[in-house]
Amino acid sequence: MQSENPAAACGACPIPIEDYPHIVMAHGGGGELSRQLLDKMFKPTFANPLLANEHDGAVIPRPGGKLAFTTDSYVIQPLFFPGGDIGKLAVYGTVNDLAMCGAKPQYISLAFILQEGLPMQTLWNVVNSIRVAAQETGVQIVTGDTKVVEKCGESGLFINTSGIGIIEHNLTIGPAAVQTGDVIILSGDIGRHGMAVMALREGLEFESQISSDCAPLHDIVKHILAAGINVHCMRDLTRGGLASALVEISSSARKQIDIAEDAIPVREDVRAACELLGLDPLYVANEGRFILFVPQSETVKCLEICHAHPQGHDALVIGRVSDTTQAVVIAGNAIGGQRVIRMFSGEQLPRIC
Amino acid sequence: MDYSAKYRDAAAIKQVIHAIRSLSTRKWPIMEICGGQTHALLKYGIDELLADAVELIHGPGCPVCVTPLEMIDKAILIAAQPDVIFCSFGDMLRVPGSAQDLLAVKAAGQDIRIVYSPMDALNIAQKNPDKRVVFFAVGFETTVPAIAMTVYRAVRENIRNFSVLVSHVLVPPAMQALLSAPDCRIRGFLAAGHVCAVMGFHEYIPIAQKFNIPIVVTGFEPLDLVQGIYLCIKQLEEGRFGVENQYARSVTEQGNIPAQSLMSQLFAPVDRKWRGIGVIPASGLQLKPQYSSWDAEKLFTLENMQVNEPEICISGLVLQGLKKPPQCPAFAQQCTPEHPLGATMVSAEGACAAYYHYRTNQSVPLSDKAHV
Repeated sequence: MQSENPAAACGACPIPIEDYPHIVMAHGGGGELSRQLLDKMFKPTFANPLLANEHDGAVIPRPGGKLAFTTDSYVIQPLFFPGGDIGKLAVYGTVNDLAMCGAKPQYISLAFILQEGLPMQTLWNVVNSIRVAAQETGVQIVTGDTKVVEKCGESGLFINTSGIGIIEHNLTIGPAAVQTGDVIILSGDIGRHGMAVMALREGLEFESQISSDCAPLHDIVKHILAAGINVHCMRDLTRGGLASALVEISSSARKQIDIAEDAIPVREDVRAACELLGLDPLYVANEGRFILFVPQSETVKCLEICHAHPQGHDALVIGRVSDTTQAVVIAGNAIGGQRVIRMFSGEQLPRIC
Repeated sequence: MDYSAKYRDAAAIKQVIHAIRSLSTRKWPIMEICGGQTHALLKYGIDELLADAVELIHGPGCPVCVTPLEMIDKAILIAAQPDVIFCSFGDMLRVPGSAQDLLAVKAAGQDIRIVYSPMDALNIAQKNPDKRVVFFAVGFETTVPAIAMTVYRAVRENIRNFSVLVSHVLVPPAMQALLSAPDCRIRGFLAAGHVCAVMGFHEYIPIAQKFNIPIVVTGFEPLDLVQGIYLCIKQLEEGRFGVENQYARSVTEQGNIPAQSLMSQLFAPVDRKWRGIGVIPASGLQLKPQYSSWDAEKLFTLENMQVNEPEICISGLVLQGLKKPPQCPAFAQQCTPEHPLGATMVSAEGACAAYYHYRTNQSVPLSDKAHV
């Protein structure tokens, strides 16, 4: 398993709450123990002037222009996995959602739901991971909340983050801006996060350890926008994978999308794990990949910027938007065959044979 | 994995497709037995690329699809017992019984676990001695050896809180039943490579002779599939009816003898009901009487339970190759993977689910669509 102790890795102090080795109900009760958690753990860790105001909400300066606002909840099991943990995901996920709106992520709220019995050390590790991820992505955690629920099975924690980002350009980015002829760029290989988590959760052992692709996308997006690329739409690939992102955009934009299935990079160990379990990598979760819809004329320039960035080093064109109004995604292959890509119903379940 | 890349090589596949087109003088109706093959054919669009040369009829080789309704209901009854941990391969959880599916039972709080191997279920039994652990033993000959080995270990180690709900089915009796039907249109078979890896292909030789039908043991990669189709059509065009082995890298005539002997040590043939088709004589396996202490149907006294299937769905005709999924009026309308009416829409390997996932039900034919 990935180090259970990112705190050590990031040089953080020892656990600041010594008298309670586990979370108890009173840590969410609004009394002294809640205050202790806030004062000893959260506020020093995420220290910033807005949080220091100790108000019911953060009062943030009003920027010029438009804001992007998003929210997401994180319920992943296990909490720590190769390549990341729930804290990192909670920051990156919200940062990435803001980045996909073309916004510069600024402020994040952080709400914990903890189960009683959760080791204080686990919480501390997650909190430190959040601190590191927030520093890395330049966001401030300006408000938050903690609740504790009764233990039910294994003790865990859930996180909700909301985020605000500033839009510093005049583009309209979203499915409605997708145009016929747009080229679709994928930022790299797919399926690593989903298979990393599944391998760990199910106790599957492969020859090589698959690490999550968990990564922040705000910086690569910043570079793309700063270069003046006329981005029509972006979408990070999370649950449901590449397939679901394409189907959602095709459906919202009322456009047909054609992709070249053989072009889509899937690492061999990920592909092998998927085949073993009967899963389609197009539907497997990612946490650090995105697709971009750009005009054909800007493809080369956009790829150059991506290739110069660690999050887009292997970016490539996987398809384009076709000249029909049929909202359908079609994958062509090298032998000339085609299939329709649909939303997956329910969740992908491993097959018998 | 250069190994599988070799069998996905576009140039080689195109070459065989071209050879099939040149060879075939009519549109031969050929059945691929296995649901895995159905999915690969539709995923790669091979059925459409060969539409002039072959009509691919999708056979009943999906264990999830053919598991009878009453067996799902039995699984649900067992899983609902408070002291039971019910273990299953993942895709059985979504199969609707007459009232609900196992996912709903799980959501209601019962302990239902997805396992990747029956041995995992046995380990769960050892770790939870105060629980009764039941494994849902579903599948063709491919999955039987692993389950036989698990029961063998449970017997040897006297693990008494473990049992199996057996719904195994066998391919050759189903092929004979299909070929014996008066309206049978099948002129050739692609036999399921993985089943033959266990069982060999000697069982198919008398079938090919009796029914004058070519049978080609075929793998699951696109090159395997087009090669299997090629060999089958070549026999048909030349008027030969024999068993050929396209999947020689995994399959021998006699198969895996140690696996077969373990299977026959623990299991005996039984008449088995197939969802959508009905009872086929000697088409299933059940645990031999001396192992009844590990037989969940006996332990939970569910042997006499009978459930009738809903009339509305044509999945039986689809499984027999008499109808194609889009010919069903409910297809992609009332019947979808979210709300399956029949077995063939339930499983990811079912023919209706394959059409739903890989083919548009809208009016524009795929061949008119632009390539990237």
